[in-house]
Amino acid sequence: MYIIVVGGGRVGYYLTKALLDEGHEILIIEKEAPICENIVAEMGSICVRGDGCETATLTEVGTGRADMLVAVTGDDEDNLVACQIAKHKFNVPRTIARVRNPKNEAIFKKLGIDVTVSSTNIILEHIEEEVPTHTLTHLFTIRDKGLEIVEVKIPPESTTIGKPVKELSLPAESKLSLLLRKEGKPVVPTANTILQAEDQIIAVTTPESEEALRTALRGG
Amino acid sequence: MKVVIMGCGRVGAQLAAWLDSDGDQVTVLDINTYSFRRLPPDFNGTALVGNGLDEEVLKKAGIEQADAFVAVTQGDNRNVMACQIAQHIFNVPRVICRIYDPLRRDLYSTLGIEAISPTTIFAQILKEKLKS
Repeated sequence: MYIIVVGGGRVGYYLTKALLDEGHEILIIEKEAPICENIVAEMGSICVRGDGCETATLTEVGTGRADMLVAVTGDDEDNLVACQIAKHKFNVPRTIARVRNPKNEAIFKKLGIDVTVSSTNIILEHIEEEVPTHTLTHLFTIRDKGLEIVEVKIPPESTTIGKPVKELSLPAESKLSLLLRKEGKPVVPTANTILQAEDQIIAVTTPESEEALRTALRGG
Repeated sequence: MKVVIMGCGRVGAQLAAWLDSDGDQVTVLDINTYSFRRLPPDFNGTALVGNGLDEEVLKKAGIEQADAFVAVTQGDNRNVMACQIAQHIFNVPRVICRIYDPLRRDLYSTLGIEAISPTTIFAQILKEKLKS
């Protein structure tokens, strides 16, 4: 695949390294001359100095034959415009934008960017997972369906311990999919499954019902 | 007419002053309070500090009731993004965008954004002056 990376900062640099290792043809567009020189010195002539939002630069690097453009500069608006120009002027089939302000993810989607990656959200989620008192962790988002897969831990003080699943007031949009216990194999929870302390439950839910699901599983 | 102007530079401030003296309801946005020094002392509109790329700031500026939105910051991409938010998310009836880069202006015009490139216009004026 021919992939164009806009922005040669830390994200662009390591992304390029990884993609090169996978055997793709990569080209980086970077504004700053010193950054460009460093990349060329280390990885060969795969960096063009220029503005990834300018049609002239994109023409020069053969964007017309690119399979994908990934915009990972530090500015959301620059990433948006680079992706839009690639998409609408050069018909690049797939565009991916890095988003720093999590609020912009939804906006970018509406404005036609295929995939957005919010570095802020990713870091937040990883830190959340490491906070022991945090009982709900996001594992995966199914973007097209507006659903997410979450993990809920049942702390020892939960009022739901000892109750069967059918007695919990679970939101209609949530579905318990898997139950993990210290001992025994993972099981699919049924209406008669009794909750125990330290249970880990994997559930599918809509983002809106997330709070209701957590409350239902842990008790008020 | 209710107008939100993003960017209180020379152009933004001048436009705000003119519309204000015409009796239009104007809100000017800028990330820097110092920019508001350019507004005339008798300016009756609202000067609001904030980033026009932020939906909350735009709401505060009254974009939901606005008849028009104009983006005249120094950054082409910032203007483009703000105008698309105004047009596609807040459905502002009239959205005008300044884009210095003529090629970028052409592209966004075809994508349905009303965009003006001062670069082309000024070069044209200069050429006409020289040739007359």
